[in-house]
Amino acid sequence: MKLKTLLASTVAMTFIGLAAQAQTVGFSQIGSESGWRAAETTLTKQQAEERGIDLKFSDAQQKQENQIAAIRSFIAQGVDAILLAPVVATGWDSVLEEAKEAEIPVVLLDRRVDSSDDLYLTAVGSDLVHEGKVAGEWLVNEVGDAECRVVELQGTTGSSPAIDRKTGFEEGIAGHDNIEIVRSQTGDFTRAQGKEVMESFLQAENGGKDICALYAHNDDMAVGAIQAIKEAGLKPGEDILIVSIDAVPDIFKAMADGEANATVELTPNMAGPAFDALDAYWKDGTMPEKFIQTESKLYTPEDDPAGEYESRKDLGY
Amino acid sequence: MQTLRRLAPQIVTLLAVCLLVTLFFPGFLDISMSGGRLVGPVIDILKRSAPVALLAIGMTLVIATRGIDLSVGTVIAICGAVAAWAIAGGMGLWAAVALAIGAGLLAGLWNGVLVAVIGIQPIVATLILMTAGRGIAQLITEGRILTFTDPGFAWFGSGTLFGMPVPAVIWIVTGVVMAQLMRRTALGLLVEAIGINRRASALAGVNALVLLIAVYMASGLCAALAGIITAADIRGADANNAGLWLELDAILAVVIGGNSLLGGRFSIAAALLGALIIQTIDTGILLAGFPSEYNLVIKAGLVVIILVLQSPRLATEWYFWRRSVREGPPPATTKEHAR
Repeated sequence: MKLKTLLASTVAMTFIGLAAQAQTVGFSQIGSESGWRAAETTLTKQQAEERGIDLKFSDAQQKQENQIAAIRSFIAQGVDAILLAPVVATGWDSVLEEAKEAEIPVVLLDRRVDSSDDLYLTAVGSDLVHEGKVAGEWLVNEVGDAECRVVELQGTTGSSPAIDRKTGFEEGIAGHDNIEIVRSQTGDFTRAQGKEVMESFLQAENGGKDICALYAHNDDMAVGAIQAIKEAGLKPGEDILIVSIDAVPDIFKAMADGEANATVELTPNMAGPAFDALDAYWKDGTMPEKFIQTESKLYTPEDDPAGEYESRKDLGY
Repeated sequence: MQTLRRLAPQIVTLLAVCLLVTLFFPGFLDISMSGGRLVGPVIDILKRSAPVALLAIGMTLVIATRGIDLSVGTVIAICGAVAAWAIAGGMGLWAAVALAIGAGLLAGLWNGVLVAVIGIQPIVATLILMTAGRGIAQLITEGRILTFTDPGFAWFGSGTLFGMPVPAVIWIVTGVVMAQLMRRTALGLLVEAIGINRRASALAGVNALVLLIAVYMASGLCAALAGIITAADIRGADANNAGLWLELDAILAVVIGGNSLLGGRFSIAAALLGALIIQTIDTGILLAGFPSEYNLVIKAGLVVIILVLQSPRLATEWYFWRRSVREGPPPATTKEHAR
């Protein structure tokens, strides 16, 4: 079986002309904490298969010691590269040094570490502030010069995505005095809280008639809020514009129904850019930038939401 | 009359909290009729308090037997997951409700057997399911948010009955039925007897074993109803977040209701008022529009004030202070005379 995959991948690799032999890559994943992470795992496996890379997958079940053990075993097996989605930021120095001594490049996915940046090849991730900014800029274009009172559903208070996505949105709408954030509360990144907090926003803002747009720090809260708006007798997407971040399948369903207006993608395909960087490194030793920023793509109803829903719903979100 | 006197501190507290919220959000008490349903912050509170109120009903009984049920928040997640799984699998509305309630009763049976038959301390026995249960719920939903579109089932979360939100009707009816069951029969007295002294009550002929198991099953049933409401509300089962930490809110509601954690005398109505007080604070904070960093601090501050005002120590002091005002200073001079 192994020989077969090896053979098949070798053929594939020669076919696309990248290398003569199959590379082996170890991937230490945090665990399955959220749907997004499950999708990241699925896509990493898909990407490896497409490129004919032999991927060794290790699930750390949210424990750093499992990740360190996995990396050590990858080093012992002599893999060609290691992908690491670190569960915490600190405590990686010694194991990264071991990888460096063994001359195995390490690529960080999604999250960063506090170690010196010569211990890893590169980090692939999204800029959370930029995501918020894209959402803010969409709203600026959408409303033009009209007055717009915005309510904001924040993520978990004090978490870095909540802080960065709030900052980014404020940067996006800066200089447009017609757009004002009138209420901002935490919805804890969950549907239930998003719905409950939106209900109170609607009560507080004249039954929702004074609200022009909702900005939610993730799609799940937006999905909850959409239900609250519907139950209050208003039309989400028309009476209240909805913009959120993540691009999970369910928001595309809402968008296809005309109940959501825009979402900014936090792509789970961190492995694609990582493999691109590794291919270049293997080929002629090209050192990539220390941080590869993934695209924060904006999706609106013009981007075939029904099709996006179909293509995403089986990724494990 | 006696009941009213028992409930007086909770009613006064609830009114005071309402008044406080009205100061920050003047439209708090507005209620209007829109499309055949009542709309307003107060109605929202009645609806939103459903999960904690339901849990508080079961928790009151468990605490009256000198126990505690930490697993109820997790049982919400399990029952929600079971219901969503049944609905998504096309089993139909009533099958989903029956399966969810069955899962809740089974969870209660498990807790009850651990406590009553095997004799594990309630806090540890229910901690087992609290920890393991979320994993069970995740196994059922396969780690994702299991969504459904069945409008019949969603009715339990967002429908209306006689102009009132269905979740509010469910908890009020459950509360009234349970309170009547306890007080119109000797059942409530027997539950209290177990809480005060299980051995003595067993010697006096109370079937403590069966009653204890039944009480934990009642708690599981209440959690199942809360789970159905929670899942129906968002039209999906979120195994990671449904009912998270709600067991603590339920215990708080029971305590604000003036019930002792040492078991014995209990009042379901007071615990329900406690749940309403908690929800009024939660909703009030949202309506007042404070930055979200303040939410938990404000809630904790108010809870401390309420509990201090209700403490027996302060009640005694208050009693003596009032008497001394009425009768003039105590005869401290006589003591000096004697010397």
